[in-house]
Amino acid sequence: MSDPVIKACSHVLIHVPSLVRYGSKPSREIDDGMSPVLSAIETHLRSFEEAVTYPPNQVVIGNLHPDHLNDIEKPWYRSPVEGASRYGAYGEIMPEEEFLGLMKLADDFDLMWIGKETAPMLRGSLQTHPFRKDLDSGKIEGGVEMARILERIQNHGSLPLYHRGCVVGCMHRHHDKDDALKAQVLMENLVTKASGALALMHLLKKADIEATDIDLLLNCSEEAVGDRYNRGGGGLAKAIGEMCGCVSATGCDIKAFCVGPLYALMHAVGLVTSGLFKKIVVVGGGSLAKLGMKFKGHLAKDMPILEDVLGGLAFLVTGDDGESPLVRMDSVGKHDIGSGSSQQSIMESLVLKPLDRMGKKITDVDKYAVELQNPEVTAPAGSGNVPLTNYRMIGALAVLRKEIEREEIDRFVLEHGMPGFSPTQGHIPAAVSFLGHAIAAIKRGKMNNAMFVARGSLFLGRMTQLSDGLSFLIEKNPGGRVPNPL
Amino acid sequence: MLKGKKVIVFGERDGVPGPAIAVCMKAAGAEVILTVTECFV
Amino acid sequence: MDTEKQTIIKKLVDEMGIQDLVVVIGAADPEVAQVTAETVTFGDPSFAGPLAGVSLRLPVYHILEPEVKKAVPQDVYQEQAGFMELVADTEEIGKRFKEIRNRIQEAEHSA
Repeated sequence: MSDPVIKACSHVLIHVPSLVRYGSKPSREIDDGMSPVLSAIETHLRSFEEAVTYPPNQVVIGNLHPDHLNDIEKPWYRSPVEGASRYGAYGEIMPEEEFLGLMKLADDFDLMWIGKETAPMLRGSLQTHPFRKDLDSGKIEGGVEMARILERIQNHGSLPLYHRGCVVGCMHRHHDKDDALKAQVLMENLVTKASGALALMHLLKKADIEATDIDLLLNCSEEAVGDRYNRGGGGLAKAIGEMCGCVSATGCDIKAFCVGPLYALMHAVGLVTSGLFKKIVVVGGGSLAKLGMKFKGHLAKDMPILEDVLGGLAFLVTGDDGESPLVRMDSVGKHDIGSGSSQQSIMESLVLKPLDRMGKKITDVDKYAVELQNPEVTAPAGSGNVPLTNYRMIGALAVLRKEIEREEIDRFVLEHGMPGFSPTQGHIPAAVSFLGHAIAAIKRGKMNNAMFVARGSLFLGRMTQLSDGLSFLIEKNPGGRVPNPL
Repeated sequence: MLKGKKVIVFGERDGVPGPAIAVCMKAAGAEVILTVTECFV
Repeated sequence: MDTEKQTIIKKLVDEMGIQDLVVVIGAADPEVAQVTAETVTFGDPSFAGPLAGVSLRLPVYHILEPEVKKAVPQDVYQEQAGFMELVADTEEIGKRFKEIRNRIQEAEHSA
């Protein structure tokens, strides 16, 4: 039986400056009330146009190849891309007013109220979207009196929703004593559902298939959807699938910190290969909690707060179609529990072991996708350049294997790596943000293969000191095989 | 230099992780009193 | 460094004193390692956490410094950390950590 393929993918960003205040770090700092944090945040937010023309964002949606960032003058936020579009080969950058409307469409429990004055504007903004036919914008209806919204905010633990500096609605809590159903948590979950759904809508269009053809959805978002008895219980996969009309699909959530997307893809390729499912979607929505995570570093440098976008991604895994890149089933590299914490042994497990199994050298892989966080976001906050360190590790393995000299590590990184371009949305930058570019380049014959290596920080949950990692390789489809009739 | 010392370990997931440093410290005869691994993303 | 970790360190120092206490850091980026080192020695540079304005003056080393390497059995060191010598700028790290330790000594002399 031939290996399965990743047939299509989508990558979306959503510009939500008004939600930055609800990121975990900003909201904690605002609550502390030590300094005028909120006004400093507001004066350092970007306009939609600035977010669209920001070079790394253009890379995410597929209008610019990651390698192009090497030629763009830094800081990138002062080098807007001329002729940038909000739409790209893999998805789009959605503005806030459209997304607030989309959140309301995702809301099946009247968790979110929109003001009477704002509702027509949100409805109108969605009516100009290319997916307007699939979006039942009538669900936004007439909106709620502002006095009622303010009363809920004042007396019932509802959180105000802002747009362009004004309160335009609110988000309710859904249980008086259940922290898993408080307004902040429900907002996080609804944001993830709506952004995941946007990614899935783009995927269905790109793949040119009917929503009803999908038979399994695996959600790899990071949010803990559930209630007090079942925090993190799940259900986002089906929530997202339901919103997009995937009525023939079932689904579940796969959780593994930032490595979630790779675990979900690993499950998907395994289940397609086994024949249990035919067309599997891996989908992940954005992380509200991570908005503005490094904002203090950005404020200190008087630069715009760059973590003002949510991410979303979706992949379609099917049997061999004779043209899409194959996921080599013998390429999965895993960080075993017994791999220990030595960086060398972790990287050998993730990179060398699978390459040895496939009879490939390190330099045989055209491009490695590692943790791809945008260094312009992390470095000003004293968090370094995470992709570069990871690329140097793979280069160091090549030195130990005597494939290159130590002096050649920098060149190896330039040729087999790329600058980080992804927003710090946890699972979104975890290697898979390069999948769109990789599939396109392999299909066009510009590349033969690419290896995806993601890392996870299990220790953050305080249940183990272990970290985690997973990897796989995709390669050019030799074609000529009889396409899988299913 | 480390023998008999009490060590606080601050490792990094994408650098030398905390538990890896802790193994080195114990081998050097030090007592590890805290192991932390940082994840900057 | 987040405030929670600063709280833990401050508590440890309050309980045990700084006698015989050493901090060892493993961040690969010299800048990142330096910020962590300075936080535990001279206080929180962002003046926000429990270590804001608290100068613990703990001796601080990086695992990739030659002094530390010499103190660890070589087979163990190679297995656990040696690989990162190829990845990180060990010279720059050594320079910055030496400078921090010198500043601690100066601060002690002038105290």
